[in-house]
Amino acid sequence: MIDTIIGHYNYWVVILLMMAGFYTVINRGNLIKKIAGLNIFQTSVFLLYISIGYVNEGTTPIIAEGFTRYANPLPHVLILTAIVVGVSTTALGLALVVRIKRAYGTIEEDEIHDKDMSL
Amino acid sequence: MSDQHLLLLSILTPFAGAIGIVLLRQRPNLREAVTLLSATLVCIIVVTIFMRFDNAGLMAVDIAEPLPGLKIRFEIESLGMLFALVASMLWLITSIYAIGYMRQHKEKNQTRFYAMFAIAIGSTLGIAFAGNLITLFLWYELLTISTYPLVAHAGNKKARHGARTYLGILLGTSIGLLLLAILITYNVAGTLDFQQGGILAGKLDPAWSGLLYALFIFGIGKAAVMPFHRWLPAAMVAPTPVSALLHAVAVVKAGVFTVLKVTIYIFGTDFITSSGANDWLIWFAGATILLASLIAMIQDNLKMRLAYSTISQLSYIVLGALLATNTSLLGAALHISMHAFAKITLFFAAGAILVAAHKTDISDMGGLGRAMPITFGAFLIGSLSIIGLPPFGGMWSKWYLGMGMVETGQWLLLSVLLASSLLNIAYLLPIPARAFFGKAPDGTTHHRIKEAPPSCLVAMTITSLACVLLFFYPDPFYELAMDIGGTK
Amino acid sequence: MIEQNLCLLLVVIPLIAAPVTAMLPAGRTPWFFTLTITWLCFVLSIWQLTIVLDGSTISYELGGWAPPWGIEYHIDALNAFVTLIVSGIAAITLPYALRTVENEIQRRDTSLFYAVFLLCFVGLLGIAQTGDVFNLFVFLEISSLSSYVLIGMGQRRRALTAAYQYLIMGSIGATFLLIGIGLIYAETGTLNMQDLHQRLQPILDHRTVHTGFIFLVVGIALKLALFPLHLWLPNAYKYAPSAISVFLSATATKVAVYVMLRIVFTVFSIDFLKITSTEFIFLMLGAFGVLVASTGAIFHYDIKRILAYSSIAQVSYMVLGMGFASTLGVTATVVHMFNHALMKGALFMAAGAIVLRIGSSKFENIYGIGRQMPWTFAAIFIAGLSLIGIPGTAGFISKWYFMLAALEQQAWLIALVILFGSLLSVVYMWKIFEALFFHRPTNTSPPVSEAPLSLLLPMWTLVLANIYFGINTDLTVSVAETAVRLLGITAYHE
Repeated sequence: MIDTIIGHYNYWVVILLMMAGFYTVINRGNLIKKIAGLNIFQTSVFLLYISIGYVNEGTTPIIAEGFTRYANPLPHVLILTAIVVGVSTTALGLALVVRIKRAYGTIEEDEIHDKDMSL
Repeated sequence: MSDQHLLLLSILTPFAGAIGIVLLRQRPNLREAVTLLSATLVCIIVVTIFMRFDNAGLMAVDIAEPLPGLKIRFEIESLGMLFALVASMLWLITSIYAIGYMRQHKEKNQTRFYAMFAIAIGSTLGIAFAGNLITLFLWYELLTISTYPLVAHAGNKKARHGARTYLGILLGTSIGLLLLAILITYNVAGTLDFQQGGILAGKLDPAWSGLLYALFIFGIGKAAVMPFHRWLPAAMVAPTPVSALLHAVAVVKAGVFTVLKVTIYIFGTDFITSSGANDWLIWFAGATILLASLIAMIQDNLKMRLAYSTISQLSYIVLGALLATNTSLLGAALHISMHAFAKITLFFAAGAILVAAHKTDISDMGGLGRAMPITFGAFLIGSLSIIGLPPFGGMWSKWYLGMGMVETGQWLLLSVLLASSLLNIAYLLPIPARAFFGKAPDGTTHHRIKEAPPSCLVAMTITSLACVLLFFYPDPFYELAMDIGGTK
Repeated sequence: MIEQNLCLLLVVIPLIAAPVTAMLPAGRTPWFFTLTITWLCFVLSIWQLTIVLDGSTISYELGGWAPPWGIEYHIDALNAFVTLIVSGIAAITLPYALRTVENEIQRRDTSLFYAVFLLCFVGLLGIAQTGDVFNLFVFLEISSLSSYVLIGMGQRRRALTAAYQYLIMGSIGATFLLIGIGLIYAETGTLNMQDLHQRLQPILDHRTVHTGFIFLVVGIALKLALFPLHLWLPNAYKYAPSAISVFLSATATKVAVYVMLRIVFTVFSIDFLKITSTEFIFLMLGAFGVLVASTGAIFHYDIKRILAYSSIAQVSYMVLGMGFASTLGVTATVVHMFNHALMKGALFMAAGAIVLRIGSSKFENIYGIGRQMPWTFAAIFIAGLSLIGIPGTAGFISKWYFMLAALEQQAWLIALVILFGSLLSVVYMWKIFEALFFHRPTNTSPPVSEAPLSLLLPMWTLVLANIYFGINTDLTVSVAETAVRLLGITAYHE
């Protein structure tokens, strides 16, 4: 029992990060904090991928003398792509926040809401 | 020209007319000429089809096949022929009437009025010549939609409200109930073609037939069986020619025509009687006849009284269909034409009174008959035909409907029919009586009021004479109606 | 030569064109270039469809790497059909875009606008073409990121918050999708859809597979705005530039429905759906979606917003069709994807034409405008009838199949929901008709003229297509039936 829990520690880290990020996205009214939360949320998934690519006693997937077991390289490659997607999402999100700040003068969700309603 | 071409031409001509009307919107005289021309053409075409028509072989045209196995198909059979004849003849007469009425009354948006009117008639002919249920449904919906702007014509709040009720009930019943019934029929029978003897017999569990039949009867909201009748009084906000042709003839008759078609060619009369699908539905029709007559009695607005009278008369036809015997079907089919000529006369008169004397309420019409003798004379003839007295055409249809009830031993329904005839007398005859012999409510005389415009008078005279003629010479309609019952 | 590389060209051509467009001088040049590209893709997609129409498939190995290791483009009738919808709508939107974009987007931004538009186009085409789930994720993000940008370019400042809201929701959805893909990859070691299908069949009862499936479905449901994850959509469609409202409403949700079909039926299987009773969940969500979104549409007084709510309802119909898990049901879904693109495209085009002339789509500003813009009004009217499902229009064909599928399984409650949804659509469409035509104008603003021809022509092309595909369904129904057969779906029997 304990072994399973400890043995899957990578999953616990992933779940913890995921929940923390998700909570931030939903709960925070500040638009930048939301994006930070989104980032944590996405990063937890990257960790999930990378950790499942690990093979017991495997080494980095570069062919070399004396090694027969390698980690699975494919998840790493996939995550490189996903990181790019994540970075562009963050960049775009922040750009939108800048524009929102210019248009509304605030980046707090409830204040923006009030300004829209008062029109 | 082949029969197929004539058939398509009869449906397309009103649509072409509508385009012509829109194009000539700047020149009212030419625009009205187009209306008259296309009405005349349609009338000639339909009469030609009728002359060539023999019941030996059904003639069908397939246009397209939108769904596998379901075609857009037109065909000519007796009942449709009868309906098309009535609709096309009365369109011509109504066009003559409408031109006088609309000009005298200085209505706005006349181009839209004439164009939508033509499209509505084209849709009506589409219904009459539909070769299967899906085609019929297509034109049925198109008729609802094309008449909506006519009901909302005045554009004020009252008209918009009435039009909303009109559309809400007609589209609501057709999508909510009729479409469901059609789909169930297709699901059970695998086809939607009109076939002699029906397509459901042997495929539908008789226990469910009553429910499906009810979906059809109430789904065909245009037949105005209570409790789905509210749209017809609501539609009375429309200009009088619309009420006359569409809400006494085209739209409402399209409803009962669909009921007849479904009864004869989808269920089949044998299946209906053997499965008892009509057992409890006849009481809805019976109740509608009596209740609508009673409501008509307390209406002071002339058009509203006529509207409730129409609801009551429509249920005669529905009842004839529900009884599903040869005689009752004959009576129902005949009543389509007989009631059409009589009721349109009454509406023409109501419109003439509005145009010439600016009166809508019956209580204001005392003594008006002496100023407008032709109008009220026509009204009297129409009333007598509706009541079903000789020598007027209305007698024949009531006679056969009554015979049908005697045949099936429905004595209670027969008494409903007779009671309703008495009510007809009570709510129709006082109107001309008061007009001819009564006095104006404030004691003044109507010496400044003249008769309606000549075109209105001509139209009224023709239809009232037709009521008389149909008593002595009902043969064309009678023979067509005979074919339907299969008694020939 | 071209025929062999057809399925790749459809993605590569717009992908290369996008950066080129960004470098073109602002003005009409980028528009014309984009127009050319979209029409080229449209022609290629027709070509592609004719090849696979008979039920055959095209398999294309990217870079010569054989599947399942390399990325494979696996084209069957369904892919080709969705590609046709996307490229067809893009081709018809572009002529429309010229005037509305000049009106709504600053001149110096036009090159970038069209470049992003092409990126969005690439993303949607790529989703439709690819046979690899991770590749699909990447294209989904390309299309989503570019649509956030496009929506944010709307005139009003609320466009920015709408885009932001969409970005947050969309990214959560995409991340869910990524988790799902990761989990099924961990179980099978492959990303190729055909290969996944083979390897998943023996292990359909594994809990990891179930978890992966749930993540995938929730992720896609966010993208297709399925009730109750639909809240981002109304603002996004309402505040986007007119041309973008047209393009996204007609394609984006449809492509998401396609992804759902692919994942559920190709990657997993219809058996999996039945083992886990997911079809019941689809039915429930679809039914609630139809009712909630249609009712929601009734309580708004703004054409674009009503249409947006109606989009949610229509997508719910498509999910409902999947829930039937029968030939008829899924055929209805595929047919409705096409028909809904036609009707919603036409409706949003007409709404955009009104915005061009009046500057608003709120009822209070547009009362009685239909009389001054008769052609635009007539387009709204006919496309609206199609949306309601009046016979003789494309919408009726969809409704007919949905109803048949419901009756076949004697799902009376669902049948009633479908009919009731139609009645609700009568109510909200008629609110628009009445406001536009029968209501007297309330303000004394100067009279407006009819929309320009460059708006009317694309609009009426779609309107006429609504009627044409309501009468002649050879294309839609036959493609749908082939596609459904290839998805491995069988007719319903008790």
